[in-house]
Amino acid sequence: MSTKKDWPLWEVFIASKRGLNHKHVGSLHAADAEMALENARDVYTRRKEGESIWVVESKFIFASNPEDNDAFFEPAKNKVYRHPTFYDLPDEVNKM
Amino acid sequence: MLFEYILQLADNQLILAQRLSELCGHGPALEQDIAITNISLDLIGQSRLLFQYAGKLDEQHRNEDQLAFLRPEKEYRNLLLVEQPNRDFAHVVLRQYLFDEFNFLNYSGLTNSKDEELAAIATKSLMEVKYHLRFSKNWVLRLGDGTAISHRKMQDALNNLWMYAGEMFEKTAIERDLVKAGIAVDVEQLMPTWKESVMSTLKEATLNIPEGGWYQSGGKKGVHSEHLGHLLAEMQFMQRAYPNLTW
Repeated sequence: MSTKKDWPLWEVFIASKRGLNHKHVGSLHAADAEMALENARDVYTRRKEGESIWVVESKFIFASNPEDNDAFFEPAKNKVYRHPTFYDLPDEVNKM
Repeated sequence: MLFEYILQLADNQLILAQRLSELCGHGPALEQDIAITNISLDLIGQSRLLFQYAGKLDEQHRNEDQLAFLRPEKEYRNLLLVEQPNRDFAHVVLRQYLFDEFNFLNYSGLTNSKDEELAAIATKSLMEVKYHLRFSKNWVLRLGDGTAISHRKMQDALNNLWMYAGEMFEKTAIERDLVKAGIAVDVEQLMPTWKESVMSTLKEATLNIPEGGWYQSGGKKGVHSEHLGHLLAEMQFMQRAYPNLTW
């Protein structure tokens, strides 16, 4: 059997209810996708946390670099007009 | 009579759960450690339902703890297979797989039992066993058809455990009567289906059935291998040292 060191890392996403979005809950080691799914079931859903699981090998996630945060995210901070907060919403629209 | 049949079912779940619990904190990887502990807890839960039911029928009015922890070795009716030690991870998953295939068929049959309480327990337990089977089967395939070392270890496990598999399909006199009454499952009739599933898995896992066949049995009659005594010594210690202990 291969050792744990050889097993790649997988990221686990769980949707708590059908129709809700999958949220990242953590990561684990597994030799293949099937094992990753079963491990995720055992590690992350043993207290009824979810009804759907996605696993993706960590190496396939391309992430933003914290060093780029100024360029990436700073400019959005002073653009309050991008939030639709200047409108009076009708009462019927209650989930904005 | 029904009492003894229920104990037989309960003991299989309990003894296998105890074996698996020995791996808590010692699994080959954190993820497998949790998976095996989950299965152990599932089986303990199933055995509790059965022991509680048996307790209601017991002429000596023993409760679930007394039935689980205070009987002498010869009164345990579990299969020899489930008491076999955790020699390595291959033995653990193969023992689990051979039993899971049987447990699945047995519980499936029990869902149609004329005894309503047994049928209800079986229905509840079956969901869990479906997952156990998926888990153990995938590991047999992965390791059997894996590297040269994992294949050799799985084949060793099969060579060591295969001789115990036949006992699952031996019908006791009590079972014979309960089958007629529509309460118990006829284990003899489960054998062809079990064998078909197991053969197909072993073939896919590139493992070979050892020669010599099925020649070990006795657990269902209370005649156990040398391993059960040690397991019970550890499992029973707390209740014997501190009777009626709860936490």
